[in-house]
Amino acid sequence: MAMTGLLFDTGEWTFDTLRRAYDAIEEIAVGEMGLDVYPNQLEVISSEQMLDATSSVGMPIFYHHWSFGKSFARQETLYRKGWTGLAYEIVINSNPCISYIMEENSMTMQALVMAHAAFGHNHFFKNNYLFREQTDAAGILDYLNFARDYVASCEERHGMAAVERVLDAAHALMDQGVNRYGRRARLSLSAERERAETRLAHAAETFNDLWRTLPASKLEAAKSPTGQRATDEKLGLPEENLLYFLEKFSPALKDWERELLRIVRNISQYFYPQRLTKVMNEGCATFVHYKIMHRLFDKGLVSDGAMLEFLHSHSSVVFQPDFDDKRYSGLNPYYLGFEMMCDIERIATQPTAEDREWSPQVAGCGDPMRALKDAWANFRDDSFIAQHLSPHLMRKMRLFQLSDRAAETEYRVAAIHNEQGYRDLRRALALQYDPGLRDPNIQATAADLSGDRKLTLTHYLHDGVPLVERDAMAVLAHVGDLWGFAVELVGQAPDETTRYRYDTGHPETEQAA
Amino acid sequence: MNFIDRRLNPGGKSLPNRQRFLRVAKAAIKDQVVRSIRDRGLSDAAAPQVVKIPMRRIAEPRFRHAASGGDRDQVFPGNKEYVAGDKLPKPKGGQGQGGREGSPDGEGEDDFAFTLTSEEYLDILFEELELPDLAKRKLKQMEINRPQRAGYSVSGSPTNLNVVRTMRSSLARRISLGRPKPGEVEALAEMISDLEHAEAMGALVGDRLVELRERLRGLEARAKRIAYIDPVDLRYNRFEATPKPQAQAVMFCLMDVSGSMTEDMKDLAKRFFLLLHIFLNRKYKHVDVVFIRHTTEAREVDEETFFHSRETGGTIVSSALAEMRSIIEARYPVDEWNIYAAQASDGDNYASDSRACLEMLTQQILPVCQYFAYVEVYDSRQAEIFHSSLNVSDLWKDYLTVPPAFANFAMKRVFSKEDVYPVFHQLFSEHREAA
Repeated sequence: MAMTGLLFDTGEWTFDTLRRAYDAIEEIAVGEMGLDVYPNQLEVISSEQMLDATSSVGMPIFYHHWSFGKSFARQETLYRKGWTGLAYEIVINSNPCISYIMEENSMTMQALVMAHAAFGHNHFFKNNYLFREQTDAAGILDYLNFARDYVASCEERHGMAAVERVLDAAHALMDQGVNRYGRRARLSLSAERERAETRLAHAAETFNDLWRTLPASKLEAAKSPTGQRATDEKLGLPEENLLYFLEKFSPALKDWERELLRIVRNISQYFYPQRLTKVMNEGCATFVHYKIMHRLFDKGLVSDGAMLEFLHSHSSVVFQPDFDDKRYSGLNPYYLGFEMMCDIERIATQPTAEDREWSPQVAGCGDPMRALKDAWANFRDDSFIAQHLSPHLMRKMRLFQLSDRAAETEYRVAAIHNEQGYRDLRRALALQYDPGLRDPNIQATAADLSGDRKLTLTHYLHDGVPLVERDAMAVLAHVGDLWGFAVELVGQAPDETTRYRYDTGHPETEQAA
Repeated sequence: MNFIDRRLNPGGKSLPNRQRFLRVAKAAIKDQVVRSIRDRGLSDAAAPQVVKIPMRRIAEPRFRHAASGGDRDQVFPGNKEYVAGDKLPKPKGGQGQGGREGSPDGEGEDDFAFTLTSEEYLDILFEELELPDLAKRKLKQMEINRPQRAGYSVSGSPTNLNVVRTMRSSLARRISLGRPKPGEVEALAEMISDLEHAEAMGALVGDRLVELRERLRGLEARAKRIAYIDPVDLRYNRFEATPKPQAQAVMFCLMDVSGSMTEDMKDLAKRFFLLLHIFLNRKYKHVDVVFIRHTTEAREVDEETFFHSRETGGTIVSSALAEMRSIIEARYPVDEWNIYAAQASDGDNYASDSRACLEMLTQQILPVCQYFAYVEVYDSRQAEIFHSSLNVSDLWKDYLTVPPAFANFAMKRVFSKEDVYPVFHQLFSEHREAA
């Protein structure tokens, strides 16, 4: 083996070959490509454990909830019947960056996975501005540990059903439980955990049942409402982070229930950047593994056979069926991301006149890695597409835009991959990834604290796209449960006309004792 | 960088999640489990079960955009012939070309399918019944005595002689009593014959020969006194008769298939048979099922025929009992098999048959059965008429006269699917009270 210089020459891996491959990959990734990564921790797990991990959102530690059991049951059934494969790897945005690699993988796949996860994703996590601003890679595992223990202790104290009631509701609101813009300074997760623990300890220490018997203060009563605006101000209305709002202001929740909402909200916030950067994140990782594997091959470190195996699995990852193919299920983020990264590399090194016109900063700069790293650090999916999708790639992908107008009886092809269409196409595709449009814009807008305590949520419709009614009613019922009083959801068009109004009515019993 | 091998970490991390999931989905799963009884054969009732439960029962709702309505633009790859301005017809029913924005994790109206282990399946089934323990205790257990080795004894029949033990005590006795070893005697005899030979040759031997002869005589006498094997050495394998549960059972399913039994009624009967079978399966290592269907004459058939083919004709119940008896005699010796019987009928019987029937039941069948259950099934249309206890069938009347001394006999009427479980429950609890 030493003679040939290959890192490995069989499909079987050993810890020794893993380490050697890792070192060679690291030399290319860090030494040649200049990637900037968290220290790596690679954990080998069995397929069973992979199944476990994928069903609890990919995290090694997570609190228990039936929805994860449901997802496990589904995954397991699909997997056992051979309908789906398992993920090759899972990578966690933490410091050190943990990647799971599966025992069953061949050595070539392990090398691919290391390049993809331990360097591609890892670099992205460490450098992208959203992750830097909104997630706390160093604290996440401790926080998840705390969350699991906290949920378990709540189950013990208050019963599984009571905990489930809150978690079910919180999960339903997870998408509305994030701050889209980093406007509040957030505590790090470890400070968060400490604060929760001291809060709890303080409450336990200073508990005195006598306080309950004091008559309500006159002062408090005198401070009663001085108008709707004052209430709104006090409640911070309007508020788009519904979980935050309910946690802070719901009249019906107990302290531990608020803490549960907070846990779900923090975790949701932690995952939020991943939802905003799916294309870029996968594109970055796929580009990185593609480059590294080719460099390994060029250096004579992997064999032809391993390279063929790699190319086979790489091409199935970036496979994109056409829209009229029955396998089509939307744009493959791996494909789109990978193509865009390659395209940036091409523009940086061999620009055409068109490229010089469309992306003057990158074109011909001669240093593709610098351009890519700049993109990886400073964009998210929608802005990345808006900035970097080139006419060349639109032609290559043969993109076209279909317009669906409620008032018309037919779809209209609004733009295709030609001179007149490039700008429209790029704009339309970017909007498709715009989180402001992708998720329904629902905010808490009014709460009648002095009257019947009705909470009003407003859904600001965009282009008249409605909600799935049955789901909306179900989520609303959850909100009503957390709020403890009536809740209504008002659909409002841009012209301020009301499109619909759902109402939970007055719950018969105010809340479960 | 470091590698960590986690493969040996305890697995089953998501077990608590699974348990929580099963609990949440229990109502829906129960429906399915109960429904599944209908579609299963008797013998694979305890196999792992794929259940499909409606998504809405375990929904995780989110605020999300509807698949249609409003104005929207979408970009697709792989254009072939379209140019800007082309019009495409909107598909009916909203499911658009290119799918539109589906639900995020593929959840829709579809059923959620997953596999219950056979244990989970039976647990849920029995929880539904609320009597697994009861049934376990109360299903009467046939015990037979089987000899089991239980140490050694000093007496017994020659066939049970334990040679090793016997020889060991013989050896011990011979050593302790100092029985001369055969070699010792032989050596002495040889020395004597040598001396005698020498003496005959004329050598002077003197007293030595006399002395040796004396010793030999002594040894021989001692060897004779101390037997090589003495009756006190004998050891026998001891066997004790130990009651052992009979590990095999046979279940007779008797059903009236005359024209008056409808598919619905057979379905009710099947549920009952199925439950009994599952119970027996949990209890015994091996369960045989014998299907006997009868009109005016009885025949043993396979499961498929039993439940699904129809015959016309009258009803003579005793024919089935006679068939059952002859099968027992031919194939299921009473001392080797636990015999259970479940009979389902709509209650029709020739009036003239009732005495023969009763006689056969009380004299020949019940004494050899662990348990004989009779369920009378009714069509839902008949239910109203027969619900009052005044309107009873001929067979029911006859069976009512079975002496209460037969605690292993139980009868119940089943009007609808929902009745099967309670009836089963009652059968067993009545059985318990009677026993």
